[in-house]
Amino acid sequence: MEIATKKQGGAMVVSVTGRIDAVTAPEFEKGLSAVIAAGDTVLLLDMNGLEYISSAGLRSILTTAKQLKAKEGKMLFSGLKGPVKDVFKISGFGSIFKIFETEEEALRQL
Amino acid sequence: MDETSEEIRVPARLENLYPLLNFVTSCAKRCGAGRERLTEIELALEEILVNIFNYAYPDRRGDVAIRCGCAAGRLLVEIADDGVPFDILTRAEPDRDAAIEQRSIGGLGIFFVRQLVQEISYRREGGKNILTLAIAPAPQSP
Repeated sequence: MEIATKKQGGAMVVSVTGRIDAVTAPEFEKGLSAVIAAGDTVLLLDMNGLEYISSAGLRSILTTAKQLKAKEGKMLFSGLKGPVKDVFKISGFGSIFKIFETEEEALRQL
Repeated sequence: MDETSEEIRVPARLENLYPLLNFVTSCAKRCGAGRERLTEIELALEEILVNIFNYAYPDRRGDVAIRCGCAAGRLLVEIADDGVPFDILTRAEPDRDAAIEQRSIGGLGIFFVRQLVQEISYRREGGKNILTLAIAPAPQSP
């Protein structure tokens, strides 16, 4: 699992690649916390390079979303594909969060 | 489980998640599972194994063993540990006291397991927890 960040159009775009599972979820969560601690409260998670996410990863996303809510921030998602898209659908995350096909589309909504 | 089944036995610790998942996915491949199905199998297995890592041995170290085989076109997986009595099918029920978000996630793990697996059974036998799964190699979900 790797995280890359870039500031773009009023959001911090966090690109995640690889797998978010029970092994890597703590590292993923720590990465997001660091972004928030640095003062960014609008996060766009670009999942285009993400191959796998288990419930451990979903828990990390929820934990981060709660932190952001307390700071009146928000979290958007783009680029979900394959199994990651399915897991979001099955879990109901698709209705809890704002999900966009592409990064550009998400940034336009801000 | 037929005589062609294989077994892996390792300490029940998170650091062994990948070797255990790899063991089951290579077995599933030999049984004809496609890429999409392999991910579903991984999701269910991760859920079951992480529960064992977290709950089976609260005050000592112990092992988890997986036997895997292919019979009558189905993948058979048997997961055993000799920790405290533990049935994921009941343990994974959503916690009523948890926040709404936690509840939905709490139920998600077992949801993956139930959605994926055609048959799942738990038994406590000879001081062991034994979970048996029968999985069709082709995807069941639309």
